[in-house]
Amino acid sequence: MPFIPHTEEDVREMLSAIGVKQIDDLFDEIPETLRARGLTEVPEGLSEMAVSRLMAERAKQDSRTLCFAGAGAYEHHIPAAVWEITTRGEFYSAYTPYQAEASQGTLQLLYEYQTMMASLTGMDVSNASLYDGASALAEAILMAVRANRKAKSKRILIPRTVHPSYRKVAHTIVRNQGIILEELDFDLKGGHIDPVSLPAEPGDFVAIVIPQPNFFGVLEDVDALTDWAHQHSALVIAVTNPLSLAVLTPPGEWGATGADIACGDGQPLGIPLSSGGPYFGFMCCRQDFVRQMPGRIIGRTTDLDGKPGFALTLQAREQHIRRSKATSNICTNQGLLVTAATIHMAMMGPAGLEKAASASHVQTMELLGKFKNVPGTTQLFNRPLFHEVVIRFDLPVEEVMCALSAQGIVGGVMLEEDYPELNNCLLICATETKTEADLDTYVDNLQRIAARL
Amino acid sequence: MLIFEHSKPDRVNGAQQAKQPVVKHAIAEQFRRKQKPLLPEVSEMQAVRHYTRLSQKNFSIDTHFYPLGSCTMKYNPRACNTLAMLPGFLQRHPLSPDNLSQGFLSCMYDLQEILKNITGMKSVSLAPMAGAQGEFAGVAMIRAYHDANGDDARTEILVPDAAHGTNPATATMCNYKVKEIPTNADGDVDLDALKKVVGPQTAGIMLTNPSTLGVFERRIKEISKIVHDAGGLLYYDGANLNAILGKVKPGDMGFDVIHMNLHKTFSTPHGGGGPGAGPVGVSERLIPFLPVPIVAQEGDEYHLLWEKDWPQSMGRLSAFAGNAGILLRAYIYARLLGREGMERVSEYATLNANYMMVKLAEAGFELAYPNRRATHEFIVTLKKQAKNLGVNTMDFAKRLLDYGVHAPTTYFPLLVPECLLIEPTETEAKEVLDYFIEAMQKIQHEAETSAEMVKLAPHTMPVRRLDDVKAARELDLTWKGSAL
Repeated sequence: MPFIPHTEEDVREMLSAIGVKQIDDLFDEIPETLRARGLTEVPEGLSEMAVSRLMAERAKQDSRTLCFAGAGAYEHHIPAAVWEITTRGEFYSAYTPYQAEASQGTLQLLYEYQTMMASLTGMDVSNASLYDGASALAEAILMAVRANRKAKSKRILIPRTVHPSYRKVAHTIVRNQGIILEELDFDLKGGHIDPVSLPAEPGDFVAIVIPQPNFFGVLEDVDALTDWAHQHSALVIAVTNPLSLAVLTPPGEWGATGADIACGDGQPLGIPLSSGGPYFGFMCCRQDFVRQMPGRIIGRTTDLDGKPGFALTLQAREQHIRRSKATSNICTNQGLLVTAATIHMAMMGPAGLEKAASASHVQTMELLGKFKNVPGTTQLFNRPLFHEVVIRFDLPVEEVMCALSAQGIVGGVMLEEDYPELNNCLLICATETKTEADLDTYVDNLQRIAARL
Repeated sequence: MLIFEHSKPDRVNGAQQAKQPVVKHAIAEQFRRKQKPLLPEVSEMQAVRHYTRLSQKNFSIDTHFYPLGSCTMKYNPRACNTLAMLPGFLQRHPLSPDNLSQGFLSCMYDLQEILKNITGMKSVSLAPMAGAQGEFAGVAMIRAYHDANGDDARTEILVPDAAHGTNPATATMCNYKVKEIPTNADGDVDLDALKKVVGPQTAGIMLTNPSTLGVFERRIKEISKIVHDAGGLLYYDGANLNAILGKVKPGDMGFDVIHMNLHKTFSTPHGGGGPGAGPVGVSERLIPFLPVPIVAQEGDEYHLLWEKDWPQSMGRLSAFAGNAGILLRAYIYARLLGREGMERVSEYATLNANYMMVKLAEAGFELAYPNRRATHEFIVTLKKQAKNLGVNTMDFAKRLLDYGVHAPTTYFPLLVPECLLIEPTETEAKEVLDYFIEAMQKIQHEAETSAEMVKLAPHTMPVRRLDDVKAARELDLTWKGSAL
């Protein structure tokens, strides 16, 4: 019996202690008419050896790809030690640290994580994670509505340069609470929100969402946008790639007084692509908003002997205490991924993260240079960018992608579905994991395909 | 010591550095970070040693009995992790084209089918990333259903007073008012009270069955009829699915929507607080509103369906397709167990719980519901110990740590005073259960003879009891350079 340790003798003794004849008698409170008639569609159990073979075959079907897609999920080097330690049973198979004395390992690690994230984003405090970047943005919007007591409306300005999936998720999660997500259009030359285009009298609004880098890899004029929002008593929600913050100005230093909430997806910090999850969402904010934050927060305190220790704190915000008045319904978060990210950041250090970020950018610029030899392709936006670029093709891009994928190359992400004006455009990303030869493989294949189409 | 205290300026971990030169001018000055972030500057070995040592300060399933009620802390098979981390799965970009994704998508499709069968629901979406997000998806679907029918008078969600905190918090997120339903003395929902509050304003009811009281809701068919007759829908919180796997199907109980906690029933890791995965299953009438993506099969090919294919969907819940790696682990677990293995899950989980309940009662501990069968968990109340000996549930819980057992869930559900919610799971051997019972008896004896010692427990952990009040009053959430 897989994973069940009982011997026949155990079962006999236990049943007799309980005073029933057979295990099935223990289900006698379930009305007979409701009893299930078997799990006919569930396959027979397999041995570990057989399952291993099955999964190896399926994994093999999807392997050996050369990936130039980014769009919120990036292939970076992860030190082997990161997941070796993360999957130690003591981290892997523990749960939320409700019993602090028996969970100091996880709690201290989370406190270290909060310190690292606060510093990386330039904010005062961090929570211990949310599900992913998109849902973190949704939670940040809900938090801004609670925190901005000056605003009378529930209007949030959200540029179209924010990841389309993030905007969709935010809409799904906040729409039932009367919150209005108002989209801001972008400048077609720069691929950014031009501060000059912002209305002089925007009317009452809660917050603006500012992506940096934005979905197109373009760098926004974050200082001007931040100051504009603050002049209108609105809050600033930064959505950032945390790895980029090793080289880019952190949200806490945007404009005159900095962003108010910073969030995003932690995936570039040691989490494999793995089909989109599990990743983790991060959220940091100014000190005075900490009681409006959703999710777990760890604090350092002392024990009976005055010795330092760590515990869950500010639990009065949370669903298990406040129930219908909680800051969020979140309970289980993404603890294991935060474990990996913390070890990853420690292993890389500030220099390692800076090098990974910088090298990713350099490789993308290198690839961009090579595109000059591919006829019928142009770089779409003229603004500075970070490690991701939009290329317009003179060819039907869907056919290009198809032909590339036949060679095992993921050529990028097509933009037309979310941006009809960006037809035949690809969002392309190279990271530090791509060698010169990889870049050449991509470009050579493109040239061949272009010549054929 | 914190990792930052192992740090020295300009120490670098050479093996992990990208070899491309840092080109400062590649990013214009105006966008560049001026000060380096406070991240540790340690060697690889220093990092490995620090985090390995931290791990050793944790209780976990792999090291200790962990009977945390309502959390299903069963063994997480190692094969599930190893196989979900095969390179082909880890390297797949979420936006990879379908022809480079058939291995992954076939696993997801098979998992959807398995979950449909065990829940008796008509259709399943794997999208939600945790139980609470599955709840949100469920209640948002209930709202979408009523909205689609132009039925906007339904403003209330009914929630039994024993429910998880996530239930009322979720109802609020969907802009519903929460009406609490009391529980009767035997732990069932009070039907008379239910009949009084149900009406044309009722959008639905959120129920866990077995309930958080560790008993099966016997009159579920009647509840189902009362709520359906009033035009409301039934939401099933799958937190306790481990108790009934293969024995009862929520679809047969009349539920319209259910979420499952794969990190409980399907043994994916709890990870020190996640990740979870909270797939949802629905009855016929809610199929159009399922969250996207949904995995479809056409001929021999698998692909994902999005908003354009599922136009009435309640929407998207994650940037990509949910906690894919966790779904893979759940799928591997399902294949290892197979149909017989799944039925055994609920059988042995229930056997273990009932055995512990009977033995603890024999040892003199008071049961919250002595006339009921335990399901996969049960409740002991220590209100007599608290009153007579001044030793409360928290003290018992902390002392159990000294005996090398993670404490059961304490002070939940809120309506049983001084309670311990105990869930042994099916993967624990009888010897372990006997050890727990013996430990409880010893603590009882200690409480009677040296109460102070129990009240000051634990005595053998890395720290003694922590000052939670100080933690909340003098907020210290990030390290600022002060010595530990």
